[in-house]
Amino acid sequence: MAQLTCENLTLGYEGRNVIENLNFTVNAGDYLCIVGENGAGKSTLIKALLGLKAPTAGKVLYGDGLKKNEIGYLPQQTQVQKDFPASVREIVRTGCLSRGTWSPFYSKSTKAYAEKQMERMGITQLAGRCYRELSGGQQQRVLLARALCATERMILLDEPVAGLDPKVTQEMYELIEGLNKEGITVIMVSHDVGAAVRYATHILHVSKSHMFFGTKEDYLKSDIGRTFTGEGGENE
Amino acid sequence: MNVLFSLVSVMNSAAPQTAAGGSSFLDTLAGIGKKLLELLNPGSPKEISETLNYFIFGENDFGRNALIVGVLVALCSSLLGVTLVLKRFSFIGDGLSHAAFGAMSVAAVMGLANQRMLLILPVTILTAVLLLRPRKNAKIAGDAGLAMISVGALGIGYLLMNLFPPKSGNVSADVCSTLFGSQSILTLKTFDVWLCIIMSVVVVIWFVLCYNRIFAVTFDEVFSSATGMRANFYNMLIAVITAIIIVLAMNLVGSLLISALVVFPALSAMRVFKSFRSVVICSACVSVLNTTAGILFAMLKSTPVGSTIVVFDLLVFFLFSIAGKIMRKQ
Repeated sequence: MAQLTCENLTLGYEGRNVIENLNFTVNAGDYLCIVGENGAGKSTLIKALLGLKAPTAGKVLYGDGLKKNEIGYLPQQTQVQKDFPASVREIVRTGCLSRGTWSPFYSKSTKAYAEKQMERMGITQLAGRCYRELSGGQQQRVLLARALCATERMILLDEPVAGLDPKVTQEMYELIEGLNKEGITVIMVSHDVGAAVRYATHILHVSKSHMFFGTKEDYLKSDIGRTFTGEGGENE
Repeated sequence: MNVLFSLVSVMNSAAPQTAAGGSSFLDTLAGIGKKLLELLNPGSPKEISETLNYFIFGENDFGRNALIVGVLVALCSSLLGVTLVLKRFSFIGDGLSHAAFGAMSVAAVMGLANQRMLLILPVTILTAVLLLRPRKNAKIAGDAGLAMISVGALGIGYLLMNLFPPKSGNVSADVCSTLFGSQSILTLKTFDVWLCIIMSVVVVIWFVLCYNRIFAVTFDEVFSSATGMRANFYNMLIAVITAIIIVLAMNLVGSLLISALVVFPALSAMRVFKSFRSVVICSACVSVLNTTAGILFAMLKSTPVGSTIVVFDLLVFFLFSIAGKIMRKQ
């Protein structure tokens, strides 16, 4: 069974549907890129996948050992976080809160797990630093480490490279690719169609007029794919 | 509005001298200067110890009560203050305190004396829950709703106090002491003190037990909900606890000045410290020290307790701001 299945998923606000009859599946180890114009319902879809928004019709099914609260989520930065006094270690550890214990404090093994995720993201030397003083790329690594604390199976990234310079963007993509190669399923929402077709195994194109879901190869051959990739180069 | 009020009070205090001597603006200034010097002059150690002895260890335990309540309220409000400031909820405290003022005047009209807390507390908690409940299709935006509630409660409260004057007959004194705390902290009732102790213990225990989760929800609500935490539940808890603290703090500084207790220690600590834990600890220390200093100063110089504490908070905030700037340059 697939890790994540959307069956005839319809999402909307106050009777107005943003997404209608969406069907797709994500299997373990996939790298799915969700692309589409602004306002096409990408962020609504993310909320539905995370279980934060109930669908109007249809279902989101979790399987293959994945539970709803086991999706490691990398959200877009909020205004509140920009001047938040918190150390990197404090933030990464909050990812472990979903590990199901009712204990009010972190156990030794939890702390060790958080340290391991920081090492994985190469931010061990930043552990004591203040989050708001880090560069954009470092902040994303911190949030990614937090997401990894919450999951061992699937991460969902919402515009992970927004606002990063080209070099850091490249590093970020390589980091995500590395995680995918280690066996973690990746779902990435992106504006960057060029990167999508470079790294992803599957593409979900959300659009008002028509939807596309399939492998990257099929996407490049499809009409919508050719329009959006400018037949092999330009971004949207 | 608050700035205006302090201007008016400065002018009022200066006015009698002007009228009496028919003297110039310079004399007024000199009068103010003299008063300030008087306030800053510490007095002899003997005087200090005698006054404090009288208040704290005297037959009446009102000085002791004031200190106990002051320290506890300062501790609780600063713990929660960090979260409220970071969540951009600072004004919730202000709005709730106005709602509490409305409830207090209703209690006064109904003639509730000792049991007034039993009316004020539920009303304020209810307001907090109403303000923070998750709304999808709100017709009135959050801050506008808050403004509506706070001004509405203030207006109704004052109207009621005037229509049904309390037995003391002095409406403006009663209103003034509810709004600014005045000396009422020195005449706390034993019931209030015990209520405050119990509530503070509950708040501190709750805060320690939920510390990690409060931090998570404050930093990133969406992530917390996505990983299975009931963020709305914690938001609601924060609102309820805020309401409790506001009602407790009303005794200390009065309802118009409560926001200072909530906001200043957190902001001061955030100038200097960089991790959540150190900010929380520092803001608790700053708040307790300032409040203690403010209460002692008020006893010595018989200034209003609430506003004295606020001035101390303000001074410490400026000190911390400067310290923060210096640290960043290095």
